Amino acid sequence: MRNEAGRGSEGYLAGMRAGLPFALVVGVVAISFGVLARSLGWGVLAPIVFSVVTYSAAAQFAVATVLGAGGGVFVAIAAAVLLNARFLPMGMAVGPFLKGGPLRRALEAQTIITTSWALAIRTGGRFDRAFMIGATVPQYLAWTVGTTVGVLAPAGGLGDFERLGLDAIFPAFFLALLIGELRSGQKRTIAATALAAVLATALVPIAPPGIPVLAACGAALLGLRESSS
Amino acid sequence: MSTLWVVIVAVTLASAAIKAAGPVLSGGREFSPRVNAVIALLTPALLTALVVTGTFGEGGRLALDERALGVGVAAVALALRAPVLVAVVLAAVVTALARLFLG
Repeated sequence: MRNEAGRGSEGYLAGMRAGLPFALVVGVVAISFGVLARSLGWGVLAPIVFSVVTYSAAAQFAVATVLGAGGGVFVAIAAAVLLNARFLPMGMAVGPFLKGGPLRRALEAQTIITTSWALAIRTGGRFDRAFMIGATVPQYLAWTVGTTVGVLAPAGGLGDFERLGLDAIFPAFFLALLIGELRSGQKRTIAATALAAVLATALVPIAPPGIPVLAACGAALLGLRESSS
Repeated sequence: MSTLWVVIVAVTLASAAIKAAGPVLSGGREFSPRVNAVIALLTPALLTALVVTGTFGEGGRLALDERALGVGVAAVALALRAPVLVAVVLAAVVTALARLFLG
């Protein structure tokens, strides 16, 4: 029992160390989210609460983007939910390695975030549960603290979101994750990426806000084809 | 503002449920390989759409501006295996400098 606990805390600590560099990125992105949210007139409380209870950079930026562009409630929710749909397959993959009954598993599953999930992948489809949970801790703290800093930043400093180039951070961040996917993916990952790029690019000028992202998900249907690799 | 709170509550509950679904159900059935393949491709498809809209989308139209330059430099850095943090900071710095000198 003591041994198991010892191994466990080592796993958490190792995960926390692995999560630290990502936490730096997350912190920068979180500040930009806070600045963006404030520029949209969300006030102080809502963006911070959003970060504390949701912690999903992609979903929160999607909501900000859709609402900021005048999109509707349903489109904002749908965009965020579809963006977070990736947590379903991630959860299925990591699920067998979480502990306890349904409630505890559901709670542990809340620590699934893209980077931690990827960091926890071990050989043979196994996952290091403690490593994943540990890696999420510094990133969650960076996300909530960063959001708070961004929201409260003085208007003359971090307030000028675009002048500081902060709006280039999230596409760059998503691109980094995408390149990771492409490097580890199959041939059809490349095909789906290309199709999604075409769909999103074609729809941006003609579709309501949020729709290009939703429609690009259709590219995932390429998975229905027989795998060639 | 109430619109925003509705979205926050809905997104939070939906995200929590999505995350919990796999681990809670994972003791039982498995999906077909084809369904799994579709689900697996959602991630690159979504990331791609986020990169495209975040880089070129500008209020309902396509734009090739300083931001695209910054993300382009980040792409080169990532292709050269630069760390994520370096690429992200480069994107912001290049975009900011381009706006300063070209804007």
